Amino acid sequence: MKINNKKTLVKLENASVEKNKKILVKHISLEVKQGEIVTLIGPNGSGKTTTAKMALGINKNFEGNVKRFTSQIGYVPQKVMIDWTLPIRVNDFMQLTSKINPEEINEALIFTGVDHLKNKNLNELSGGEFQRVLIARAIAKKPELLVLDEPVQGVDFKGEISLYELIRSISEKTNCGILLISHDLHVVMSATDYVVCLNGHICCSGTPKKVANSDQYRELFGDRASTMLSIYEHNHDHSHSTDGTIKKNN
Amino acid sequence: MLDDFFIRALIAGLGVALITGPMGCFTIWRRLSFFGDTLAHSALLGVTMALTFELNIPLAVFVISSIIAVMLLSLQKNTRLPGDALLGLLAHSSLAIGLVVIGFLSNIRFDVMGLLFGDILAVNNIDILIIWIGGTLILIILKLIWKSLFAATVNYDLAEAEGMKPDRANVIFTILMAAMIAIAIKMVGLLLITGMLIMPAAMARNLSDNPTKMVILSIIGGIMSVSFGLFASLEFNSPSGPSIITAALILFLLSLINFRKSNKIKNY
Repeated sequence: MKINNKKTLVKLENASVEKNKKILVKHISLEVKQGEIVTLIGPNGSGKTTTAKMALGINKNFEGNVKRFTSQIGYVPQKVMIDWTLPIRVNDFMQLTSKINPEEINEALIFTGVDHLKNKNLNELSGGEFQRVLIARAIAKKPELLVLDEPVQGVDFKGEISLYELIRSISEKTNCGILLISHDLHVVMSATDYVVCLNGHICCSGTPKKVANSDQYRELFGDRASTMLSIYEHNHDHSHSTDGTIKKNN
Repeated sequence: MLDDFFIRALIAGLGVALITGPMGCFTIWRRLSFFGDTLAHSALLGVTMALTFELNIPLAVFVISSIIAVMLLSLQKNTRLPGDALLGLLAHSSLAIGLVVIGFLSNIRFDVMGLLFGDILAVNNIDILIIWIGGTLILIILKLIWKSLFAATVNYDLAEAEGMKPDRANVIFTILMAAMIAIAIKMVGLLLITGMLIMPAAMARNLSDNPTKMVILSIIGGIMSVSFGLFASLEFNSPSGPSIITAALILFLLSLINFRKSNKIKNY
């Protein structure tokens, strides 16, 4: 069970967004607390990014209540395009929004496995490498709240698993709260405390197990999605190390 | 050998190059070259206003350009016209109104060529004072908003989410653009001011791998353009503003050679 005396980092109450007379999301209520991973799942266009942007204060045209209780925020946006005219190295990018000392930069880059790219230009990175740099940047500033919008897009399969493990360990180690948007249902289900299933509104929410077994979830993602959870549940007697090997748990 | 007017021109030109260096980098990073053009066009309206009401020219240009800039920011939020169409709308309407007003000012002798292409050799001590004091202010403010402006340039959402206040930085930067145009217009003229912004920065991009280096090289490029252009102007009696821009173009072309060379090495 969740302990209730943890500090709430961000809270949405009945928040709705309307753009050009079209409702994007309606009556969203959710809350992220310290040390907790809350995951938003849902089909394309279901309002996941809109909800995250609302929580972050990027989207200011909403109805309802959004309260943030921290200003220490790390954000990995869904899309970041760096114009060619802007020469910026990984090392400069790491310090974009706050001063971070070199050791902390190195540590974060080693964490996400891209420390060898420190002096490369952002334009020279591959999609997956850039994604790892984005995650490193967000965690290097040791935020209280991390918002990750599809953080592992374009990352190879092996890296995907280790990055999700990394995200999990960050939340355990630093006690920060994480709002995660993801498509990888199986990973979500294994690495999340609370799942919010969106489709313009909150279809269902709760623990991964509860959500996976709900009818709304099955309707939205199909029966196979539910089996994904069961596959995971039957396998959670092992762990994955960073080189991809599987270790049996004792 | 060097005359007084030449020394004054050089001091004024160097002052302008110090401002256009960093401002030019942001102009190309943020894809604002057409925006710079629009503000420069609106400067004509500012000049005619100054002449009509006997105001200080740079001040009038600054006020009119700022108004146009703020109008643009609000139009961008409230209409669905694409940005380039909006810029064209504002640029040409302010240019047209400016020219209409000039038509009514038949009793005032007015050097349109000097306004369009600049007349750096005619700068006086007051112009120099305006350039250096105004320029220092612009650079100080730019330094103060640098971090949040740069973060907003890289990614608006990221800057907003992590508390860098990008909206405020954007508005301040827009006003700095107007101020820069107001104090630089006499030197290179309203048709060429964007060239002075873009070319040294574009040259610097070809030679840099980080933002700070690009700004420094952009300033150096501007200083070289002004010096070479002015010497050419003195030597060959060519018009000063266009000579400066031509010098900047030559520097840009030279930087391309180096850029291609370093790219080849990388690919190899």
